[in-house]
Amino acid sequence: MGIIDVKNLHKVYSDTKIPVKAVNGINLSFQEGEFTSIVGPSGSGKTTFLNMIGGLDTPTDGEIIIDGKNISQLNSRQLIDYRLNHIGFVFQSYNLIPVLTAIENVAFILQLQGKSKKERNKRAKELIDAVGIGEKLHNRPGDLSGGQQQRVSVARALASKPQFILADEPTANLDSKSTNDLLDIMLKMNKESNITFIFSTHDQRVMDKARRIITIDDGVVVKDERIDD
Amino acid sequence: MDTIIKIAWRDLWRNKRRTFITMGSIMMAVFLAMFMRSMQIGSYDNMILAGVTEVGYLQVYDSGYWNNKSINKSLVYTNALKKKINNVKNISRIIPRLELFALGSFGNQTKGIFLIGTDPEIEDQQTHLSRKIVKGRYLKKNDSGILLAEKLAKFLKADVNDTIVILGQGYQGITAAGKYKVVGILKFLAKDRNNKMIYMGLSNAQNMISPYVPDVLSSLSIMLDKPNRMKKTRAELQKALGNDYEVITWRTILSEMVQTIQGDNAGGIIMLLILYIVVGFGIFGTVLMMTLERKKEFAVMVSVGMRRSKLSLVMLIETFVIGLMGVLSGIALSLPLLVYLHYNPIGVSGEIADMMIQYNMVPAMPASLKSYIFINQGITVLILALIASLYPVIIINRFKILRALRG
Repeated sequence: MGIIDVKNLHKVYSDTKIPVKAVNGINLSFQEGEFTSIVGPSGSGKTTFLNMIGGLDTPTDGEIIIDGKNISQLNSRQLIDYRLNHIGFVFQSYNLIPVLTAIENVAFILQLQGKSKKERNKRAKELIDAVGIGEKLHNRPGDLSGGQQQRVSVARALASKPQFILADEPTANLDSKSTNDLLDIMLKMNKESNITFIFSTHDQRVMDKARRIITIDDGVVVKDERIDD
Repeated sequence: MDTIIKIAWRDLWRNKRRTFITMGSIMMAVFLAMFMRSMQIGSYDNMILAGVTEVGYLQVYDSGYWNNKSINKSLVYTNALKKKINNVKNISRIIPRLELFALGSFGNQTKGIFLIGTDPEIEDQQTHLSRKIVKGRYLKKNDSGILLAEKLAKFLKADVNDTIVILGQGYQGITAAGKYKVVGILKFLAKDRNNKMIYMGLSNAQNMISPYVPDVLSSLSIMLDKPNRMKKTRAELQKALGNDYEVITWRTILSEMVQTIQGDNAGGIIMLLILYIVVGFGIFGTVLMMTLERKKEFAVMVSVGMRRSKLSLVMLIETFVIGLMGVLSGIALSLPLLVYLHYNPIGVSGEIADMMIQYNMVPAMPASLKSYIFINQGITVLILALIASLYPVIIINRFKILRALRG
């Protein structure tokens, strides 16, 4: 039993003329500390799969067991709390709050968790330092490069001390250097803090760093390979 | 909470121009609304004050006098009655008056007149009658002379020191007649009063109208220490005097003026309503834009664990702050002008002016500085702002995260 167990997961979009089976019976288990890439062509169902694990979308059928709890049975309010306390999100287009500075974006998550001002500022600063942009603490997203914004995004994802981090095409908008730097940071976090990372990606550079690659096509897992160090 | 306020405040200044335009429209609406209401209420207060100064807040009559104003329905101001009235709290002044329609004659000229017998000292304290003297002098205590309205004097071709004959029907059928020396000429703004008024000392009038029954009065005008307790005082007074007397408020006595004010006030409120509907849609448009263009941001916030209720709070704070800033700047803009107009009233004409003159007032509109005008406008705009933000709150509570994330 892993930290995430997915059993016979299905997702059918019925709001189109012809119902679309985006995920069609996936069974997977993720262990603590994994650094996993989910790959596959566009429309294969990998983002839908990630969204369901992240509690952003609900499955048509099947179970997602996290910490022994089936999250597909949670109501929307419980799902918000679940996302806040168990998952870190890294989005393709960073999605930082534009009116908050780098440190405020990270501290915001801790405030939602009810942490004291002192505690959240200390941890937010540590995380911003850890992702290597300590000199940009008080810059707003508009004053940061794409790579720097994505680092803040990683720091934000780590802020709540989540069980795992879901990253949907996190390097899609980054240049090579920024991509390598970001992956190095995430690998370091993974190794040092044993944080589980699950990526959805097309990027070969991400796949090269991954130690498990799951290939999804037409909503089913077609390959699940583990790469030894 | 501090981050929520921070987000709301900074969001407001992301599009400074839009925020300023919305604030500006609220400011202008508050300015116009306050100006309109302040001038209206100022003129109403002026009219009411003038009316109340003449008739008092309350009047005491003998039972049945109000519906049939006959001299035979006069009351007798006995010591017992005095005592009963004096025992009621909140009464600051009692003005006894004896009134009579009669004929006034001088030489070959005769005219219908309206005679008021009153205590010269108390009358002057209340209505400042002596200020209306344009020739001669004011009545003294126990004066045997009379005061004549200017136009009446002109019609009778009488002047100060001439002797006027007054003839009418006195109390309980006797003939009320007498010769009185004119000691002063009064000028009233109201034409009607300027054409027919004669004032004389109360005892003088009582001797003419009711020589055999002493202390006869048409009415007792009553002024109050605390006018806002008028209803309670009226009830207490009526209870103390019993059914032999009737106690009537100025609102009944001056019902025509009250109706004019109510009609004018309703027109003002309709104008305000139109103004606020326009402003309400302005606020709604801004708030709606602010919501729709940030739907993706909202979706991100909910994705990372922010409750929708907190997001709604951000929206409510933003709308409230825009409204509050608009209201405060509207008050700041209008206050100096209203203070100026309070001390330097604008002259008026038309129906309102006629009404004011009729009540012996200078036809001018001072601005009112009553705090409730400012408070009411402020609260109205803030309520409008909160109503306008209800739709965005509904959007926030219903949007689909994934659809919003895709933009």
